[in-house]
Amino acid sequence: MAGANCLVTNEWFCGEYLQTRGQELTHATLQHVGITVASVVIGLLVAFPLALLARRRRAVAGPVLGLTTVLYTVPSLAMFSLLVPVFGLSASVVVTGLVLYSLTVLVRNILAGLASVPEEAREAARGMGYGPLRLLFQVELPLALPALMAGLRIATVSTVSLTTVGAIIGYGGLGNLIYEGMHSYFKAQVLTASVLCVALAIVADLALLLVQRLLTPWTRAGTRARRAARRTAAAAAEGAA
Amino acid sequence: MDVFQRTWTWLATGSHWSGTDGVWHRLGEHLFLTVACLAISCAVALPVAVVLGHVGRGGALAVNISNAGRAVPTFAVLVLLLLSPLGTHGSWPTIIALVLFAIPPLLTNAYVGMREVDRGVVEAARGMGMTGRQLIARVELPLAFPMVVTGVRTAAVQVVATTTLAALPGGGGLGRIITAGFRLTDTAQVVAGAVLVAALALLVEGVLVVLERLLDPRRRRSRVPAVLPPSTAGSPA
Repeated sequence: MAGANCLVTNEWFCGEYLQTRGQELTHATLQHVGITVASVVIGLLVAFPLALLARRRRAVAGPVLGLTTVLYTVPSLAMFSLLVPVFGLSASVVVTGLVLYSLTVLVRNILAGLASVPEEAREAARGMGYGPLRLLFQVELPLALPALMAGLRIATVSTVSLTTVGAIIGYGGLGNLIYEGMHSYFKAQVLTASVLCVALAIVADLALLLVQRLLTPWTRAGTRARRAARRTAAAAAEGAA
Repeated sequence: MDVFQRTWTWLATGSHWSGTDGVWHRLGEHLFLTVACLAISCAVALPVAVVLGHVGRGGALAVNISNAGRAVPTFAVLVLLLLSPLGTHGSWPTIIALVLFAIPPLLTNAYVGMREVDRGVVEAARGMGMTGRQLIARVELPLAFPMVVTGVRTAAVQVVATTTLAALPGGGGLGRIITAGFRLTDTAQVVAGAVLVAALALLVEGVLVVLERLLDPRRRRSRVPAVLPPSTAGSPA
């Protein structure tokens, strides 16, 4: 009985809400994940050629970095509103806005990652007869991965959080539930959706961290070796003392 | 392209600029909230960051608070505060949310700036017999200045954006023009409001960039680091 009451008394924590609105929550979460994944994937697909272009031509680098920084400054509510006349009230508005935001971090980090590739590695690859494409995909890109993944994690976490603002046009995933709950003063719905949204951001961040570990085993081997070296050094120091 | 013409007409109509729902009044609210909350946040975050940076403690806190700030949706916090007992107290939910989201960039950037001061310089200053206070005021703060101001700039842009979002749960500011436009299904008004908000955000950013150049004690263009370290990068709101 107490369970049924928490909906009536409008409590923050309500098990009954989770049971009766499970479908609604799943639907909103799926929409949230869909919008986030679409935005980040498209963002990456756009950012990569942009970064390559900016690296090749100095004249392009300035405007690309400047423009993406300017876009980053535009508040999300304004960004989505400005895109409404272009796409109408559709999910494309939210996805496009989020793609534009993700470009700032992604382009910068891809550029920094590519710049961090040691010239010796490039020379060695060229000496082994690697063409420009093979050089890029088999040597430079793997070495740029740590910086790229760091950018991807920032972009993904921001995107999960910003998707909620899409509720203004009805495509905000969990934000839709927060928006509805705001109008009806439905505390359990607002809190549940907010917590799910933060959880989604954390899960996405950890998942990307795991992917990064799997894709760049050499960085881990490095830390392990360093740690082992430190341990040996510490043991040696202790032995000396 | 008809929308742009109608947007222009909306902006050119004098009655849209006057009255309590007018642009001037909303702009006034927006600027008041932005300046007041930025001042509160600076007063809270900067001394803490400077002291933590000086003694070299609390680095994990300074870094993690930024990551947390990025993961928590601003909109959710605004609505949660509105539904909390604070919600009945006028614009307090908005003010608290604004301060909460301005603190992470301020704290993290100022802390990182203080820590990135060349240790050799700090040691030399100590060797010259400078006290802790002198060290902060004459060595560490001037050298950390570019990062501190970058934090203030990030926080200012964040506050402008968050104030816009505060219109969704019924707060003041220019965002109200956008939300009212959506309610009236008046696309021209929505776009007009968005243009005003974007212009304000860019203006605030631009003014602070200029101030940064003018006020930098070393008058040298501070180079923006190529990689946004996850800790110091801001996030749109």
